[in-house]
Amino acid sequence: MRADPAEYRLVSPGNLQAVLSLLASEPAQWLPIAGGTDVMVLYSAGKLSNRKLINIWNIPELRQIEVFPDRIRIGAACTYTALRQHEIVSREFPLLATAASWTGGIANQNRGTLGGNIANASPAADSLPALLVYDAEVTLISVRGERRVAYRNFHTDYKQTALAADELIRDISLPRRFSGYISHARKVGARNAQAISKVCLAALGQISNGTIRDVRLAMGSVAPIPLCLTETERALLGKQIEPSLIDSARRTVAKEIRPIDDIRSTARYRAAVAGNLVAEFLEKLVASETNA
Amino acid sequence: MNPLPETSATYEISFSVNGEVKKVFALPMERLLDVLRNDLKLTGTKEGCGEGECGSCSVLLDGMLVNSCLVPVAQANGATVVTIEGISVHAKMKYLQEAFLECGGAQCGICTPGMILAAVHLLEKKPEPALADIREGLAGNLCRCTGYMQIFEAVTNAARRKVTK
Repeated sequence: MRADPAEYRLVSPGNLQAVLSLLASEPAQWLPIAGGTDVMVLYSAGKLSNRKLINIWNIPELRQIEVFPDRIRIGAACTYTALRQHEIVSREFPLLATAASWTGGIANQNRGTLGGNIANASPAADSLPALLVYDAEVTLISVRGERRVAYRNFHTDYKQTALAADELIRDISLPRRFSGYISHARKVGARNAQAISKVCLAALGQISNGTIRDVRLAMGSVAPIPLCLTETERALLGKQIEPSLIDSARRTVAKEIRPIDDIRSTARYRAAVAGNLVAEFLEKLVASETNA
Repeated sequence: MNPLPETSATYEISFSVNGEVKKVFALPMERLLDVLRNDLKLTGTKEGCGEGECGSCSVLLDGMLVNSCLVPVAQANGATVVTIEGISVHAKMKYLQEAFLECGGAQCGICTPGMILAAVHLLEKKPEPALADIREGLAGNLCRCTGYMQIFEAVTNAARRKVTK
C-alpha cells in the first residue's frame, strides 16, 4: 500500500540548531532525512512508522569533510560520491572509498550519506566494516551538547544504536594513522553491481619478515551488527603466517561470527566465505612482502 | 510563534525545471517523480520500481544524477532539475539519440530516459569513458530488453562522436 503524502510532515529548518531543538522538543518523533535512499524506500512502501520528518540535506556543516594533521572529520550528510571524490579519503582510507563505490549505483551514491548508513544500522551495510577497522569515532550532538562515541561501541544490537532519541550524528572522525597498512576490501554478493552483500570484509594489516605486526578485521552481514573480529585478530597478532595459522584463523572466524539464513544466503555459506575472505587477506599480506 | 511552515498542507515549491522557473503547490513528501509527471506533465520520466533500484526515474537535481522516486519534492525547492525533456533539446542529446538508434540501445523504452540521463551525467564528468566507466555509470539503470551490450556500445559511440566532432 503506497503512502499518502498528506499523512506526513516534512520540515526544513535549514540550520543545525533548529534541527536539534525540534528533535529535543518531541524525542523519537522526528526522523531526520538526508538523501532519502533508505527513508524514502520505506515511505513509498507504506512502512515508515514516523509521520514527522526533518530535512537535514540542506545543513551545510553536515556536508563538509575537514582534514586535520592527525584525523579527518566527515560530516554525517556527506554522500558516497563526496567520499569517493575526496583525495585524502581515497589515498589514506581506501577501504572506505571502495565501500562507497560498492554502495548502489551512481544516483544513490549521489544521495546516500555515511551518517545515514550508520543510523540505518543495517548489519549488511558495506561502509560500516571500513569504519570499524579505521577506528572511527562518531560525534553525536543534541541541545544538551555533544559527545563522542567510539564507533565500535555504537551498534549495540540488531538495528539498535547508542544514539539517544534527541541526538543527531554530526560527524565521523578517522585517525590518519593507517596509510602504511596493507588493506583488503572484499564484497561477496549475488552480482557485482548494487547487490546487498552476503558477506563483506574490511581488513588492515602490517607484516614484516612474515610476522603479523598489526591486524584489524571487520565484517558485514555475518552478525546482528557490523562485527569486529577481535578474537581472530588476537589469534593472528604477532604470528608467522603459514598454512596452519590460516587454517586456525578460518576456525576462529567461524566461531566468532553469528551468521543467519536469510533471502540472500545461508549461515553455512556465509561461514565458509567469511573464513575464505580472511584467508585471502592473509595470503595478500604474505604476497605484499614477497612482491616488495 | 512557529517559524516552521505548515507542512502537512500543500505549499508553494519554486524550482527551475529544464531552464524554466516553475511554481507548484505540493505536499512536501510528494515524490519529485510524481510532481514532474502529474503536476508538470513531464511524463518522459518513468516510474519503474519506485524504490531506487532501477533508475527509470533518473533526473538531474542540481547537476547530480538522482532517482526522482526517492526525492521528497520539498528537497527540490529552489533547486535546478533537468529531465529527459530538457535534455532532448540540448545539443549533446543528438549524439546519444543517434547512437542509441543505430546500436539498438532502446526497445520498449521504459528505461531509456533514465539511461540517457545517466549517460549525460557520465559524459559530462568523463567525456572519453572506458567501458568500465560506462558499466559503472549505468549500473543503477536496469534494462530488461536489450541485454545492455547495445546500450554500452551506444554510449561509447556517442562519446566518440562528441569527441571527434
